Amino acid sequence: MKCSEFLHELTNYLDGVLDDTTKVELENHLSWCHNCYVVCDTTKKTIEIYRDSQLYELPDDLRTRLRSAIMSKCQQHKKRGPESV
Amino acid sequence: MGAIQNKLEGPVTDELALVQAAKKGDDSAFEELVRRYDRNVFRIAQHITQNREDAEDVVQEAFLKAYSNLAKFQEQSKFYTWLVRIAVNEALMKLRRKKPERTVSLDEDIKTEDDSLPREIADWSPNPEQQYTQAELREILSKTIQGLPPGFRTVFVLRDVEGLSTEETAAALELSVPAVKSRLLRARLQLRERLGRFFQRRENGDGERGDGDK
Repeated sequence: MKCSEFLHELTNYLDGVLDDTTKVELENHLSWCHNCYVVCDTTKKTIEIYRDSQLYELPDDLRTRLRSAIMSKCQQHKKRGPESV
Repeated sequence: MGAIQNKLEGPVTDELALVQAAKKGDDSAFEELVRRYDRNVFRIAQHITQNREDAEDVVQEAFLKAYSNLAKFQEQSKFYTWLVRIAVNEALMKLRRKKPERTVSLDEDIKTEDDSLPREIADWSPNPEQQYTQAELREILSKTIQGLPPGFRTVFVLRDVEGLSTEETAAALELSVPAVKSRLLRARLQLRERLGRFFQRRENGDGERGDGDK
């Protein structure tokens, strides 16, 4: 497997959807190609850091306010009938 | 090195029952759907709009649209995927209104030559995120993802942050599966490269703090 082929399969590999043969070839490539190993490892870390970051969490007070606004708009919509949105 | 495990939020088994009750006019069932997905919709909206007030508007508009169009929901896909599609469209509309000089579209011209190797291949420090405080890290992650085209960051947030499958992401964005995969690869590689400025292993010691502009 060449570096360009590794890159082509990187997303499938990280998502765990590679067939066994390609997976073995890819892991064999990673065992001797340090650059591709680093790209694979740091891409995986990138995903994990974003996934675990709790970026843009909805604060409880805002959450309550939004939900109440949503439900009140839904009630108004119901009263006015389906042509209102 | 294994595959990434996606976190799944909330059981989906009784989602259909809630949707059917809401269709019959049970507002408490709809409120439960809001409670179940409001955090996800807010996160997606803020990732796309990069603006908190806009994200708040998107959450309200998306749920109101879902409520008023519930009768049209065919139940062939998951309610959540349908809701995400509505929310993404609302968020992109916000972005278009703010940046009319730039076309904002999921179909924008995006390079897809997957064989272009990354330029920066320096390794990272072990546990690089621990070099920063939570607040600093959030600032870095937010600034970094802001630099991505909307089409890239939308796919990234749905797949890698929210844990939708490739097929669900394709359905929510009305893109083909290969298009989702191609954008996801580019998004992941671009984020990796940009984060490297902050997380790179330093020559004079692993634990040393990066300043992000070298």
